[in-house]
Formats: sequence, C-alpha cells, structure tokens
Amino acid sequence: MTAPIKPAEGYAFAYLDEQTKRMIRRAILKAVAIPGHQVPFAARDMPMPYGWGTGGIQVTAAILGPADVLKVIDQGADDTTNAVSIRAFFQKTAGVAVTTRTSEATVVQTRHRIPEKPLVAGQTLVYQVPIPEPLRFLEPRETETRVMHALADYGLMHVKLYEDIATHGHIAKTYAYPVKVEGRYVMDPSPIPKFDNPKMHMSPALQLFGAGREKRIYALPPFTRVASLDFEDHPFERTRFEAPCALCGATDAYLDEVVIDDRGGRMFVCSDTDHCETRRQEGHRGALLGDIPEEARS
Amino acid sequence: MTAPLLEARGLTKWYGDRLGCRDVAFDIHEGEVLAIVGESGSGKSTLLSLLSGQLAPTSGSVAYRMRDGAIRDLVSLSEAERRFLFRTDWGFVHQDAAKGLRMGVSAGGNVGERLMAVGARHYGDIRAKAEDWLERVEIEVGRIDEKPTAYSGGMRQRLQIARNLVTAPRLVFMDEPTGGLDVSVQARLLDLLRRLVADMGLAVIVVTHDLAVARLLSDRIMVMRRGRVIEAGLTDRVLDDPREAYTQLLVSSILQP
Amino acid sequence: MYVSVKGGEKAIRAAHRLLAHRRRGDRAVPEVAADQIREQLTLAVDRVMNEGSLYDRDLAALAIKQARGDLIEAAFLVRAYRTTLPRFGCSTPLDTAAMSVDRRISATYKDLPGGQILGPTFDYTHRLIDFALMADSETPLPEREREPGPAAASAMPRVTDLLGDEGLIEAEPAAADGAEPGDLTRAPLRVPAARDLRLQQLARGDEGFLLALGYSTQRGYGSTHPFAGEIRIGEVEVEFEVPELGFVVPLGSVALSECQMINQFAGSAEIEPTFTRGYGLAFGQVERKVMAMALVDRALRTEELGGEATHPAQDQEFVLSHADNVQATGFVEHLKLPHYVDFQAELALVRQLRREHTAARAARDAQSDDVYEEAAQ
Repeated sequence: MTAPIKPAEGYAFAYLDEQTKRMIRRAILKAVAIPGHQVPFAARDMPMPYGWGTGGIQVTAAILGPADVLKVIDQGADDTTNAVSIRAFFQKTAGVAVTTRTSEATVVQTRHRIPEKPLVAGQTLVYQVPIPEPLRFLEPRETETRVMHALADYGLMHVKLYEDIATHGHIAKTYAYPVKVEGRYVMDPSPIPKFDNPKMHMSPALQLFGAGREKRIYALPPFTRVASLDFEDHPFERTRFEAPCALCGATDAYLDEVVIDDRGGRMFVCSDTDHCETRRQEGHRGALLGDIPEEARS
Repeated sequence: MTAPLLEARGLTKWYGDRLGCRDVAFDIHEGEVLAIVGESGSGKSTLLSLLSGQLAPTSGSVAYRMRDGAIRDLVSLSEAERRFLFRTDWGFVHQDAAKGLRMGVSAGGNVGERLMAVGARHYGDIRAKAEDWLERVEIEVGRIDEKPTAYSGGMRQRLQIARNLVTAPRLVFMDEPTGGLDVSVQARLLDLLRRLVADMGLAVIVVTHDLAVARLLSDRIMVMRRGRVIEAGLTDRVLDDPREAYTQLLVSSILQP
Repeated sequence: MYVSVKGGEKAIRAAHRLLAHRRRGDRAVPEVAADQIREQLTLAVDRVMNEGSLYDRDLAALAIKQARGDLIEAAFLVRAYRTTLPRFGCSTPLDTAAMSVDRRISATYKDLPGGQILGPTFDYTHRLIDFALMADSETPLPEREREPGPAAASAMPRVTDLLGDEGLIEAEPAAADGAEPGDLTRAPLRVPAARDLRLQQLARGDEGFLLALGYSTQRGYGSTHPFAGEIRIGEVEVEFEVPELGFVVPLGSVALSECQMINQFAGSAEIEPTFTRGYGLAFGQVERKVMAMALVDRALRTEELGGEATHPAQDQEFVLSHADNVQATGFVEHLKLPHYVDFQAELALVRQLRREHTAARAARDAQSDDVYEEAAQ
C-alpha cells in the first residue's frame, strides 16, 4: 500500500467540483434503490477520452473519501497502462492511499474483471461500462429499449439466446453476459467474462456501474440476487480452463493466454495479478515455475 | 348468447380535415370471421388500426372482452396491457411478411418469440412447439433454422401466420393476407387459413380488396366506401344479392366462383 | 443601402487580398514557416496527406499554411495539385510485418512476441492544458531502449498471422493473380465496389465521417463485435517493379498506420466458425482514422459474410458516396452560390399552391356540411 499524499493544488478533491459530486451521488442513490435500473446522469467531460473509463472515474470521484484505499485494475491487472493511468490520476488529485491488494482496498475500480478474492462487506466495486444497455444490439433505439425495460418486455433477449443455441448448440456469449437483477431488470454486467458473473450474485460488497459516454449509472446493492439469463435445458455455464495457471497453479481463476513465440507456443496465466502473486507468496507453484521458490531462480 | 368478443361503436377518425372513417359500429363473436372490403382509400386500413388499438379514434369506442371476462375499452388500455394483448390474445398478419416477421431471426426464433415473451424458458419445448407449428403451416421442419429471407413469399406468409397463432390467440387481424402472392399460392394459403380458423375457433377481422378472399374466408362482410360502411350482412347474402349500387358494381367486376 | 450583386471581379480581388491578410494575422507575430508546420503539426500534416491522397509532407504543410489551418481546404489544395501529376504505376504490396515499428499495441493479447510498444501516443496522458508550452521550453529528448530499424518479420509477427496459423481467423482473401488494385482517382467508382476500391475510398475519406460511422456500429447500428487485434505504426519500405528493368527497386519508405480488427464469428452449421477481419491502413500516424476505417471495412462486408445490411455503416452505396470530404464540402458549400432563378420559380409555385389550398379548403368545408346532412337523413 502507498500512503496518502498531499493532493495537487488548484483542483477540488478527486478532481470533480462538489456540485457535480452531489449530482452523481444522487444518481448513485437512486440506482441503489432500484437495482439494475439505469439512471441517467449528467456525465462531465473528463481529462481522459470517452470509452476509457470516464464513467467509472466519475463514480469513484463521487464516492472517494480521504480515508479510502483505492485499487484500480484493467483486465484484472494493476499494472496495465490504463489502470496505472487512472490510479495515478486519483493519487494526484485526491492524494488517497492506493494498493494492489484486493483485501486492503475499500474502493476497487475495474475494467472487465471482478477480483478473484471474494469481496467483503464495506468494499465497493466500481465498474467501467462502455454500453450500459443490454438490449442495445437487439434494438438500437433508446426510446424503444426504455419502454421494453419499463414493461419488462424481454422476449427479444431470449430470442437472441435461442438463436445462439440453434446456430452454435449453446449460448455464444462469453463476456458482457446479460443478467436479471432481483427478477426484474435485465442488466449488462459490463464486459466482464461470464466466468465472473456468479460473483455478482449475493455479493456483500456494493457494486456500482458507471457509463460516462452514455451517461448512465446503475448499481447492485449488497446481497442482491443476480441471475445469468439462460434456458432451463441449457443452463448458464461458467467458463472452464483446461490447464491451471502456469505461474501459481490456480485452477479456479480466469486465465489470460500469452503468446510466447510465433510457432504456436502459448501459456495460460492468471488475469488477476494480485491473486496470482498472493498465491505464489503462499507457496503455490505452477508448471512454469516448478517447485523452486521464485527468489531462488535467476 | 355470451357478450361479443369485440364491440365497435361510432368509430370515427379524422386526419386533420381529411376523413379516415366515420360512425362504424359492429360486433364480432368468438369463432366468427368478418371481412372488411372496399377499394383503396375507402378507410378499411384506418378502421383496422383503430380496432387493433394502434390508432386512437377521434370519437367512438372499441370494447374488448379480455380472457378473464372483463370488458375493457381499448383506448383506456395501458401500453403494457396493449403489448400483452398483442403477444397473447391477438394476432396481426401483415400483407408484407417482412413487417410481421423478424427477417434476421430464424424461423424457429420467429415462432418462439411470443412464447419466450410470455415466459417460456425451456429451449427444447420452445423448439418442439415451433416445429409443430411449422408442420401445421406446411413448412418443412428441416428448414427451422433458416431465416425468412431464404423463404419464398408464400412460405413467409405461412411463417407469419404460425408466429401469430402459436400462443392460441382468440382474435386475429389480417391486412390483405394474400396480397402480392401468385394466384396458385393464394389459393393454398386461403385453404390453410380456412382450416386453421375452423380448427382453432378463431375470430378474424380481415381487410381485403379481393372479394374472392372475403367469400372463401368470411361469415359476414362489411362494404366500405369513402370512410363509411355502406352495406353489411352475411357474406353469401351480400355477395349474391347486393343491395347498394356500389356493392353491385364491386361484385359484378369479379368472376363468380 | 441597396447593392446589386453583379460583376464581382473587383470584389473577389479585394476579398482574396483580405484573406491573405487574415492568413498572415498580426504582423507583430513572426510568420509560421511550412517546415515548422511539417515538424510540429505532424498529425495535421498526416491527415492532409491522407485526405489529399498524396504522400508529401512538405506540400501538405504548405497547404495547411495556405488554408489557414482548415484541413479539408488543405486536402483540397493537395488533391488539386495531385491531379497534375503523372501516374507511373503501382508498387509491389507493402509488407507491414517488416515495418520499422514506432508503436505497436494489441488489445487481444497481454503479451506477445515483439511485445507491446506504446510509442508516441496521447493515450494515458491526462488531458490537462500544459501551460508550460506557452513559453519557449526545452523538451527533453526521449529515452530509447533499442535503436529503431526494420525488424525481422518473425520478431514481431502480426497478431492476425498468429491467429491465422491456428485457422481461427478467416484467410486473407487472395488477390487475383497479377491483378492490380483499382484506382478510383483514375476510374469512376461504381457500386457495388470490390474491397480494394472500398478500402481506397475509406483511406482517403473524411476522418470525422469514418469515426461517426465506426462509432455507430459500436452503438448497435450494425454491430461487428470488434477487438483491436493489432495497431502498428512505423515506416515501411516501398518497392516498385519497373517493367523495363524487370526487377524491383526500392523507392524509399513511407510512414503508415495499420489497424487489424478481429471481429466476431462467421460460420453456420456447415462452416466452422472463425473470426473475421476488418482492415484499416493510411499514411502517417492516424490511429483514430485506421481504427474507424477497420470498423467500417468490416461493416461493409456484412452481406458478403451472410448478414443483413440494414444500418448506414453497412450500406456500401451510402458510405462510399459520402466519405469524400472534398466532394462533400463542395456540394454543401455550393448552396451559397446564386440560386436566384430556381428560387424565383419556387416562389411563384408556393404562392400558387397557397391560393389553391385556400380555395380547396373552402370547397371542402361546403362538401363536409353535405356529408353531415346526408348522415342525418
């Protein structure tokens, strides 16, 4: 963990002015009150481009306090460029303590993953969302999708899943897999792999979703029922991996494919870098590391 | 005798100062087929839109007896109730099948959509029902995964019918269901429709400019001209013994069967 | 005061003199030189080279100066000059796998042979105005870990080739033997157009238009489920086969941006599913443009891949006929040319229609009364 520092002069705490934060907090409160429902909010132009997490950044800026400890991940890793950039932004503008340890963080901002380590009560997970509307690719018009949500008219969503099974033999959706929240709203969980979907269900943590370009916030309060859409005879299935992580040997984690040469060489390693490091520190060894402790190599 | 399924009274529609239709009144009971005939511009399409709640009348009312027996004025239905009616108790067969089908979705998905909209969540059951309906409308079951774009005009129309009938509606609206099809294809479609209507005891309101379609399908007929019903009665009576000069003109201009 | 718009020769001369004066701006400020534009506004130069369809940095820089920074106007100047140049032929296909890479990133693999190279990018800069640039300042030289130079293709294989080796992406459609790609600056564009011509039109098309179209596909108007498989920017050798000599001579190198989008599957019960391709390539560092181009290229292939073209970005005719901003600006701006004669005719017509409408309405009111009477009987 990196201790708090003095925030940059000339900017409000966490960049946004207090009025903007209040506006975002009101949207968050409404979103929490109606789980899975998309609440419009007046997203601001941020000093990062649209589509790079401006929604998540605004939500984080609105909920962050000086005592918070922030973790930022992109694709599960703390060291990917965009995560580094956003973490540096909050260090600079809010001066908050930052960490790569999931267990130490009070706020985790994420793009495309949910950490492997189960979140606990008191933690908040902030998702960056590109397209908040789960029906968008079936019906491009906002006026129509709003009515569909209002009337819970979700037949079309299942037509899409039906078509997948008819064409591919199974539901061909591997990320941004739609869910139904508390039996009411169909929600896009942001492009997390469907492997992560079950982690949303009855999570003790608060989950907030921010879409900056599309100007929507939605939420899953702690202990919300979240069900992945499926058919009774084609139930939702979590992605499974054939091999364990090459570094830490984890068999229950989401793995990234790494190309090691141009002759078809591939290895699979944990996408959640904190999870992988923690396991290695605990003495777990994958095939590539063998039984030798890491320190003794090289 | 039970109350009518649908009861229209004083239906009038003005588009600004242009007349759509005026003072139309009739009843339709379960299992009854009503044909609305007239040339284009006579107001029959306006009337169909009013009856199916897609257009609000300038004055008049349409009362519908819901499945639970309650009688409701269509104007007072909420959007949710109207949509629910349209995917359960009603059907609408368009002249242009592309309007009534999802052209980018397979035949099976087209037939299954209504079932899924009302909560069916068993893929195998949905598919079995879709297969059953393809058979009933004489489409080869092997073509269930093809999109309607691969179908001929007649097949598309039969698929549209299957898509509408899969939830066993009580009332089906049809807008020139055989329009634009070859004569031989028309005959086969009419034959199929007649059989399905009889088997399922459907009430049908069919709009057509083709009196042969009216004779083959309908029990009763309404003749429209300039937005008003000028003659109505049992189909055989109206076509064999037309009273209005305009109806006589219409009847004499087609070949007798 | 009434001034009749006639005989504008004098007016035009005066206007052009004023234009030159405005271009020069405050004479107390030193005049910008074309080489400053070439070196310091490089991305504007790149854009003008693409939309002007001519690889010449000096000329593009000069055009930007002359056009007062209006990039479409600058592209227009370059195009007009290009028209005067002879066409020698077409180069042998460029090998982007052997690019001397300045920047190379993949969004589909975290790590891959050759690595991810960020290069000179705005990405991850915080968009805070840097007031230090107001003053003359020393910009530190970059740190280099390796010397740039042409890489062996095997050291940095293209991501699509890695996927292709496993058969996971559709094969690159092979060009007909010996067939030269078309050139729509020499032959009129006809739709449907083959992919070579489509790509050419997109490469010289308006960046903003492509951006909006590409964006529309991401928002559901013709989704292609894209992944940025690889973006690479750098220098590539251009080689030319001179028919008289019978062998290939190197002409030098051009700076290029290339984007390979990997899109969701094609396939059916019979055909094995594979990823599909969308391709973008243009001069200089124009990442936004080649990404948008790759999205639109894939969208334009919808029908060929068995989909239904229902959205603007999928509609060849719509996209290809509106992508060219020099054409577009000409036609939009032509509306300021005199249309007095046509307008006068319309004016007379609308007066006549209004008279007829009033008369018809009066007649209808009378008739409508008849209808009521009839109904009452």
